[in-house]
Amino acid sequence: MKIAVCVKRTPDSESRFKIGSGGAAIDETGIKFDMDDFASYAVEVGLQINEKQGPGETVVLAVGPDAVQETLRKAMSMGADRAVQLRTDSTPFDGMAVARALAAELKAGGFDLILFGKHAFDTGAGIVGTAVAAILDLPCVTAASQLEIAGGKGSARRELEGAGELVEFPLPAVVTIDEGIARPRYPSLKGIMAAKKKPLETKPAQLGAVRVQAKAMALPPERPAGRIIGQGAAAVPELVKLLQNEAKVL
Amino acid sequence: MQDFFGIDAQLSEEERAVRDSIRRFVDERVLPIIGDHYVQGKFPKEIIPEMAELGVFGANLPEEYGCAGLNNVAYGLIMQELERGDSGVRSFASVQGALAMYPIFAFGSEGQKRHWLPKMATGEIIGCFGLTEPDFGSNPGGMITMAKEQKDGSWILNGSKMWITNGSTAQIAIVWAKTNGDPEEKSIRGFVVPSATKGFTARDQKGKLSLRASDTSELVFSDVHLPPDALLPESGGLKSPLMCLTQARYGISWGVIGAAMACFEEALSYAKNRVMFGRPIGGFQIQQDRLADMLTEIVKAQLVSLHLGRMKDEGTYTPQQVSLAKRNNVNMATDIARECRRLLGAVGILAEYGAMRHMANLESVYTYEGTHDVHSLVLGQALTGLNAFK
Repeated sequence: MKIAVCVKRTPDSESRFKIGSGGAAIDETGIKFDMDDFASYAVEVGLQINEKQGPGETVVLAVGPDAVQETLRKAMSMGADRAVQLRTDSTPFDGMAVARALAAELKAGGFDLILFGKHAFDTGAGIVGTAVAAILDLPCVTAASQLEIAGGKGSARRELEGAGELVEFPLPAVVTIDEGIARPRYPSLKGIMAAKKKPLETKPAQLGAVRVQAKAMALPPERPAGRIIGQGAAAVPELVKLLQNEAKVL
Repeated sequence: MQDFFGIDAQLSEEERAVRDSIRRFVDERVLPIIGDHYVQGKFPKEIIPEMAELGVFGANLPEEYGCAGLNNVAYGLIMQELERGDSGVRSFASVQGALAMYPIFAFGSEGQKRHWLPKMATGEIIGCFGLTEPDFGSNPGGMITMAKEQKDGSWILNGSKMWITNGSTAQIAIVWAKTNGDPEEKSIRGFVVPSATKGFTARDQKGKLSLRASDTSELVFSDVHLPPDALLPESGGLKSPLMCLTQARYGISWGVIGAAMACFEEALSYAKNRVMFGRPIGGFQIQQDRLADMLTEIVKAQLVSLHLGRMKDEGTYTPQQVSLAKRNNVNMATDIARECRRLLGAVGILAEYGAMRHMANLESVYTYEGTHDVHSLVLGQALTGLNAFK
């Protein structure tokens, strides 16, 4: 099968973030970037499907500045066959613009399956996968926690509140991937060496109009200091009152 | 650990990718289990196939023998990350790569290389390195293990080796022996000895309080009959095993940085969270002084190993420079593990925390592969031209 996996480069979620001088984005100084976790699940799923189905091709794509090449090479070190960078000066905030650029590239690619993470850690928007499906007029399943491909059809499981849902769809299709579907493999040392020799094509991204911009960013307010309201059983009535009236958790 | 000194920028993308892959493996596969294995005195054998799959074994040897063909800095970073887990795990990989695969690569025939190295890269064959003897540690040239060549070109091996990492796990041992009754160092040759050979026994050494998650064994050879092709044809003299040790010591200089990083991270996190006298202990000057000293020493050690690795890749490093790095970095890590254990207070003696395990492990690392003192004398000789060993 010919499978495309669209990946995003995001900051390591364990970083300590500061807001940058522009006020609308984080300060990237000293922050480590890596493939987004959901995207890495999608890469793993794509590789597993092609391993199971026999000879195929797994292509990874990313929109962004040259730094995304490292993320694309990581996907190739995991086993993807080739990569396409749709180059921009900076990582676009507008998910619709990113979707347009990806759809323009994917349109003539002849892909049977196009995979995304269900959303990216940094924006949490979840726009790009569904928007690509809409632009290309393909069936779309979001947040798949299981995915099977057989006989030119796909079936996926989606997790609902307290239940699971099984869906079927024809190929080609767009599927966005939830966490827990598969543990992303470790890039092997040979894989890392091989990735250097795999093709990585760079093209200008056709973003179209970028209409949504981040204007300002705010960190959560610091938590106020706790206070001691008394000791022993005598303090309980006051504690209950405060939990009801002030904290409003009871 | 925070890249305080911007050293990441001195690494290539490929070197960082290698480090990050091994780092994730150690976080997910080694750290959750290592404390229990240490207490039980067991090497976690279940991780061998995954280490092989990653390509850890002999990672800096060429691809044509089934290895990853990495440069020496990437190889060093692998050692660093493995020892961030445990010195025993790093020792396993060091012995397999630098002490068992390297001598076959450096002194073996083409046939021996093609026969053994690919199987060792995949972990199908595990090797060990038999140089040290019960009475010959810092003075390996005094060894009494002897191999005698027979008329048909085969060999009969007699003797014993001690303190052999992986000794009871290994399917082959690289054994160093004097030959044909000649007591001089120059008669030392290397042999590939399958552990299944009649007359070969390996027994685990019990009662270790260090490197508990690692097998350490005594090997005994009693009239072990070896075919002619057991001999590593290009080996000759004490220089051959010492060349292997230079490889392994290079990896150790990196590995111990990982142990120090693990202890430092644990201590820093504890210092920020442990409240005493109404504030985190990290707010007290005595702990800040400790942490500042530790960070400084780790950064210095990183720069020493990185520079040494670049020189190794250029082919310009010397064994004496490796001695400097091994001596400095192991001493640094040993001191840091002890200081971290102290910073942790009472919990620092628990297996749940890593500091005391690393502290105990590093006493072995301080002692093996050339003790700290022996490396002092190597440097002393390099400086003065006077040999303190003779």
